[in-house]
Amino acid sequence: MKSNISIAFEKCRKEKRPALITYTVGGDNTKKKSLDILNAIAKHVDICELGIPHNTPVADGGQIQNSAYRAIKNGIKIKDIFYIAKQFKKNNKKKPIILMGYYNNIYQQGENSFLQNCKRSGVDGLIVVDLPWPENKKFAHKCKKYSINFIQLISPTTSNIRMKNIMKDSHDMVYYISMLSTTGGTLKVTAKEILKNYNKIKKINYKQNVVIGFGITEKTIGSLAKADGLVVGSALCKSITNALARNTDPIRSVENMVKQLKAKII
Amino acid sequence: MLKLKKKIQLIDQHDKNYLYGGKFGGNFIPETLKKPVEDLTDLFKKLRHDKKFITERDYYFKNYVGSPTPFIKLHHLTKHLGGAQIYAKVVSKANGGAHKIYNAVVHALICKRAGKKYIVGDTGAGYAGKMLSMAAKKFGLKCKIFMGAKDIKRQKPNCDAMRQNGAEIVPVYSGSQTLVDAVSECMRYWVSNCDTTHMAVGSTVGPNIFIKICAWSTAQISRELIIQLKKEFGSIPKKLKLINCVGGGSSAAGFWNEFMDYDKKQVEFIGVEAGGPKNSKLHAAPLTNGSKLGILHGAAQYVIQDKDGQIGETSSISAGLDYPGISPLHCFLKDTKRARYTSATDEEALQAYKLVSKLEDLSPSLEPSHAFAEAIKIAPKLSKDTIICVNSCGDAKKDRSIIKKRLGYFK
Repeated sequence: MKSNISIAFEKCRKEKRPALITYTVGGDNTKKKSLDILNAIAKHVDICELGIPHNTPVADGGQIQNSAYRAIKNGIKIKDIFYIAKQFKKNNKKKPIILMGYYNNIYQQGENSFLQNCKRSGVDGLIVVDLPWPENKKFAHKCKKYSINFIQLISPTTSNIRMKNIMKDSHDMVYYISMLSTTGGTLKVTAKEILKNYNKIKKINYKQNVVIGFGITEKTIGSLAKADGLVVGSALCKSITNALARNTDPIRSVENMVKQLKAKII
Repeated sequence: MLKLKKKIQLIDQHDKNYLYGGKFGGNFIPETLKKPVEDLTDLFKKLRHDKKFITERDYYFKNYVGSPTPFIKLHHLTKHLGGAQIYAKVVSKANGGAHKIYNAVVHALICKRAGKKYIVGDTGAGYAGKMLSMAAKKFGLKCKIFMGAKDIKRQKPNCDAMRQNGAEIVPVYSGSQTLVDAVSECMRYWVSNCDTTHMAVGSTVGPNIFIKICAWSTAQISRELIIQLKKEFGSIPKKLKLINCVGGGSSAAGFWNEFMDYDKKQVEFIGVEAGGPKNSKLHAAPLTNGSKLGILHGAAQYVIQDKDGQIGETSSISAGLDYPGISPLHCFLKDTKRARYTSATDEEALQAYKLVSKLEDLSPSLEPSHAFAEAIKIAPKLSKDTIICVNSCGDAKKDRSIIKKRLGYFK
């Protein structure tokens, strides 16, 4: 059976546009708001990533850190992340939702229990930032058993041989990190250079869905529209931060930004 | 039960996934760091067997660090406590005032070999940062130090030294604004700049290669001690207790390394963690208090955390021990029962400082004062032929303001 993730990419391919993938932190700034944001943007977005807030996130820049600390400060627990996913899925059955986080939050719950919870809440995929290949092989295999996509990352520092190995063991989606940076850095390489690396990955397997993330904003998204999918995260987290600071509604500001992003790639 | 192997360096007792005892350490790192970590692993593998590199290291250890550091008997303390004979390995006499200089020098040498001009590091008490800034200056490298904002305030003398050496201090305001956040931020910086920059983790924590480099560097302490003990006693004493404070665990790893294969009945290792303020629930003693295995800064270790896997807040009077995790090496030594771990509270450390500095010509920083607290606790109960050696791994100058505030004076 085809995964919701594969179906989402097929749909975008037919429409000759990249998939728009958003990342927001689960529970930012509250459980309800976070769910409301997802519900509001679902119709413009192809895949939703939901971050599991972690308090020592070594690969995240300031914006996502702010969101994560905010959620944790407001008492968000891992079970709330599953709750948000489950509620979201009630109204958006086919819309893929991917949880993204750090391994310790999974490890403490136990891999099997965590995956059971994913399954029960309708989670389609998982990205574990600090569980690279080949250390992730066992866990990735487990994910498959639960019909959950394990999504691996490839970066500009990934060697050719690693790239091939990662592609060989990948499920329905691979995530290319655009540059040497934590999330939310200013794009310091040209779109041309990013696409060159992207094409190198695609050449290994044209059928694989490869998305590009890190440093993608309204300004840069248009130049990368050739990719199978584009992830925007920190820009959205920042818009939540700004809305909260101005005492305005974060739902509306995230939705507006998502609409603008979408307009740039259709 | 986990077992240590004989005749194999502790740092090399991992499996192919870089796990000690199949569960501690490893490389839980973002994909971007895989390549730089692999490159560094390969480079270090070569260098540690490269005669020229070893000669260079030993040259700088001798002529720049000032090796060997003194090994002295604490006559007055011994007499005062009336039990075991108490000695100190005064590692704080090393250039810069603490054991952090060994790791810093080795990292600077590696950085040069790797052809990189920039070096970054984390620091808690400020010693790792100060030493890295010294080594960077010595070897012509540009240096950035990540330090928690809270630590910048409480360890001013070391910050002044870093700036004097031309290093940039990057204050870290996230989380508890202490060492744990400094290490995270330093790793983030490396993720973004690993093509031009060498990272020096300040203790035996982080991805496996950093644990290796650090413990390999501080092992100098026990290489010296073994010679000094033989000179003093003719052979290694029959009852020897090596007491060391542990935060990240770099000085203890170095202090014990060469004694690893001795029977623990002959050479006992005692690690003293930071128990935090008396009557407070907060502490920085994951081994003593039975914290669960978790992942922090790229390595599996016992770590203070909640059920969800969020890393816990810690509290200690000593910035250098104020860390929620602990080196995977020490987790391994605990589970193999080669070392015993306990903790001392802030107050016990202060009292130990007071007694040691009053009786002896020694002014240990708050970190080794934790180790002295344990020595003071156990010495009276031990026989006169028992030798206690405490690693006095840091100098109290950096703690002047804290000690003055808490005790009303500073020696």
